[in-house]
Amino acid sequence: MSMNTQGRPTSAGDAGEAAHKTFTGNKGLAMEEPLIFEIGHQNITGVDLDEPEDFEAELGGHARQERIDLPALTEPEAMRHYVRLSTKNYAIDSGLYPLGSCTMKHNPRLNEKAARMPGFADIHPLQPLSTVSGAVDLMDELSHWLMTMTGMSAVALSPKAGAHGELCGMMAIKAAHRANGRDPKVVLVPESAHGTNPATAALLGYKVVAVKARDDGTVDTDEVKAKIAENEGNVAGIMLTNPNTCGIFERDIIEIAEAIHAADAYFYCDGANFNAIVGKAKPGDLGVDAMHINLHKTFSTPHGGGGPGSGPVVLSDRLAPYAPLPFLRKGKDGVELVETTEGVAEGEMPFGRMTAFHGQMGMFVRALAYMKSHGSDGLKQASEDAVLNANYVRVGLEDLMSLPFGSRWCMHEVLFDDSFLKDTGVSTLDFAKAMIDEGYHPMTMYFPLVVHGAMLIEPTESESRASLDLFVATLRDLVMSAKKGETERFSGAPYLAPRRRLDETQAARKPVLKWERPSATEVQPAAAQ
Amino acid sequence: MRYLPLSDNDRASMLERVGVKSVDEIFSDIPEKARIEGLLDLPRRSGEMAVERDLSRLSAKNVSASSVPFFVGAGAYKHHVPATVDHLIQRSEFLTSYTPYQPEITQGTLQYLFEFQTQVAELTGMDVANASMYDGSTGTAEAVLMAHRVTRRKKAVLSGGLHPQYRAVVEGLSDMANDEVVSLPADPNGTEDILARIDKETSCVVVQSPSFYGQLIDLKPIAEKAHENGALLIAVFTEVVSLGLIEPPGAQGADIVVGEGQSIGNPLTFGGPYVGLFATKQKYIRQMPGRLCGETVDAEGKRGFVLTLSTREQHIRRDKATSNICTNSGLCCLAFTIHMTLLGGKGLSQLARINHTNAVKLKKALSAVPGVEVINKAFFNEFTVKLPKPAAEVTEALVARGVLGGVPVSRLEPGKKDLENLLVVASTEVNTDEDRAEFAKALKEVLA
Repeated sequence: MSMNTQGRPTSAGDAGEAAHKTFTGNKGLAMEEPLIFEIGHQNITGVDLDEPEDFEAELGGHARQERIDLPALTEPEAMRHYVRLSTKNYAIDSGLYPLGSCTMKHNPRLNEKAARMPGFADIHPLQPLSTVSGAVDLMDELSHWLMTMTGMSAVALSPKAGAHGELCGMMAIKAAHRANGRDPKVVLVPESAHGTNPATAALLGYKVVAVKARDDGTVDTDEVKAKIAENEGNVAGIMLTNPNTCGIFERDIIEIAEAIHAADAYFYCDGANFNAIVGKAKPGDLGVDAMHINLHKTFSTPHGGGGPGSGPVVLSDRLAPYAPLPFLRKGKDGVELVETTEGVAEGEMPFGRMTAFHGQMGMFVRALAYMKSHGSDGLKQASEDAVLNANYVRVGLEDLMSLPFGSRWCMHEVLFDDSFLKDTGVSTLDFAKAMIDEGYHPMTMYFPLVVHGAMLIEPTESESRASLDLFVATLRDLVMSAKKGETERFSGAPYLAPRRRLDETQAARKPVLKWERPSATEVQPAAAQ
Repeated sequence: MRYLPLSDNDRASMLERVGVKSVDEIFSDIPEKARIEGLLDLPRRSGEMAVERDLSRLSAKNVSASSVPFFVGAGAYKHHVPATVDHLIQRSEFLTSYTPYQPEITQGTLQYLFEFQTQVAELTGMDVANASMYDGSTGTAEAVLMAHRVTRRKKAVLSGGLHPQYRAVVEGLSDMANDEVVSLPADPNGTEDILARIDKETSCVVVQSPSFYGQLIDLKPIAEKAHENGALLIAVFTEVVSLGLIEPPGAQGADIVVGEGQSIGNPLTFGGPYVGLFATKQKYIRQMPGRLCGETVDAEGKRGFVLTLSTREQHIRRDKATSNICTNSGLCCLAFTIHMTLLGGKGLSQLARINHTNAVKLKKALSAVPGVEVINKAFFNEFTVKLPKPAAEVTEALVARGVLGGVPVSRLEPGKKDLENLLVVASTEVNTDEDRAEFAKALKEVLA
């Protein structure tokens, strides 16, 4: 292990961890934290509520019979519990988060502040529309930005996340086919697609037909045409990500779109990677009929440990009439929100409704704050910086790591495979886990499926040059270490995280999905917790 | 641009390192005719102050719930959320973390998901809960799909007490997936005969209690009839606080319980983001949609948590997955679980009693207004009143008097004459006696 300049050991291991075992199990600021069920109290509440003086039940015999077996924490205890839990998480605010396809960019706090304004956070989806004109205006303004950026003619704001947006887009496509008296059964999906694409198509009863990639990682137009021919008259559409999940722009996209349209099918674009091309190209000019936009990727709404997201779907002229309820309509008295089929005018044929209410308003506010902050110039600059940063990482590593499609430009993310680890005894997973010890969240691994041991790095535009330099230097050090056969650094990693590697097999074999009160014989003395 | 750390000097030297003259070279895979020349036709960048001013102006055009006597419910509820909740969910490590796919450095998220699942299972009276859905409505549609998988049937029976927009979500998806749906007519009185609609083809019966109209429904006979026919009972709720006082669906024989968790921890925010709660019996876990967090140990034998049973999910199973869902409502789960931890079982029961008491008081206040008839005999914190004229006109007239007085049923069920005069009203802990008096007074004036 290397030593730092003060001559002090750099890892706990070197310090002789055994000699520093603590009574509590804590390691300085790294605190162990039990579950609330182990530290909470049954007969208290951390919220001061007055017991109603004049309680009389009009519950018609439906009253709960058993008390709720959930403990409470007082406010200081709750604060400490959750603050301690928070310290066990990696986050964008603490370090570079190079998850390819996830766009972990900076989440501005202005967005949070705006979303909490009372006129946004404290309004009800069903209060009279006359009392929420500012909210409707905001949705309209967001729609305008989204349609202008994508060159599309309509937008369905309501989908709750990316996959929900995919579902919305594919439902619009199905509705359009039905309106044309058709019922094609096949959806083409490239092998490199996100798992949500085939899952969405299957949910709607479509047969998924895979399209192979060319040697350079892009979709083969001839293969698309061949699949269309094989399924003549039976292709509903294609679901294609652009830039694709290998980080490459599909340069034949217009030709692919034309082939799809010639077959009376529709082009669904997975917009997860829109961050690469905002201000550089409009999906509408590429022949796209529907595309979801992950506001939680491209437009900086926080990922929040897995959600909530927001997945508005922009639609072409051909699909616009089928946009689901609710939708916005420009009328003589300004913008109106159409919520039910009763309100539908001629030419509007909504296929249904994706969700109760109107979508992820809290995310609309954040995304619009981001867009306004950037403006047309900043949005373009952000895309360019994201792409430049990814290429800078690529050139910093390509001599040591392996590029599956050769040395070529990438867009906002760069894809390596694990052939550089061949014969080192270090697996892709080991390599990723060793990054954790160096203070980095690993890149996306084993995705896309089209290359062996994929490692997909997306630095985003939020990283400074110095940050990228250190990241590249760290990965170079890890690669050299692997090549030198220092397998110990990898095989047991992470050594320094809040937890060592976790046993996922056991978790799946015998699932424990909630806390169970230990039986009397199992109860341990409090000090042991 | 304040969010972009690269300087022009950085960009120039990085381009050189990459080996291109301009950044546009890197974008040369974009077909020439589709490249954007210049800038998009949108405003230029703005400073923080300008953006804040702009959005404040839009915010100020809306009437916020806290600023007036407020009685709007029907699927989303105004509750008081402790300040601690919003502080904690804005901790960087929660707010700006991704899905916990690297469990060694996301134990914070995973542990609260485990706590969340435990709380939801206990509240609903079920064996297991998942790590959340988008919201109650989409969760209901997923529950129907799950019931189809479990029973290998394709017909869902929807109660007329189900929230009309939940019904629309289920109907829309079922229509597109070529599944059958039998939707019973709107049932404001909670007296429909749903038992008669259950047969051997039925996959599931979907019943909401408290219903959209605030009616409390006895789920036991429905569960029995469903089970006799090999069907599942899906119990739905939109007001999770009701579980503090009402017999949980799990104790009444429900097979899947799904509902909206917004009321605990989460603001109204015009309808989203919210948090869908989803719970079921142990035997069905492998048919569940969505993420699940499970307990395990690490290499040193210490307890830890991981996402588990992911072989159900789209990123592994692709077109064979149980659902296409990927993102959940992580941060809204956190808000829920923190608020629930502050409340505890005792606090939730107390909160529920306050809500019910306030609704009983509101019933008395509104019943005293000439021409107003409360149609519910039993209810939790929400009930339906019949007015002598169309409810939509009345709510607009109430706005003019500074009161947000409920949801006209016609907003969600337009064009139905028998529902036109019905108004759904809710009263939670936020309402004072003065609020209720003001509502009753304004309603009296409007109906006079």
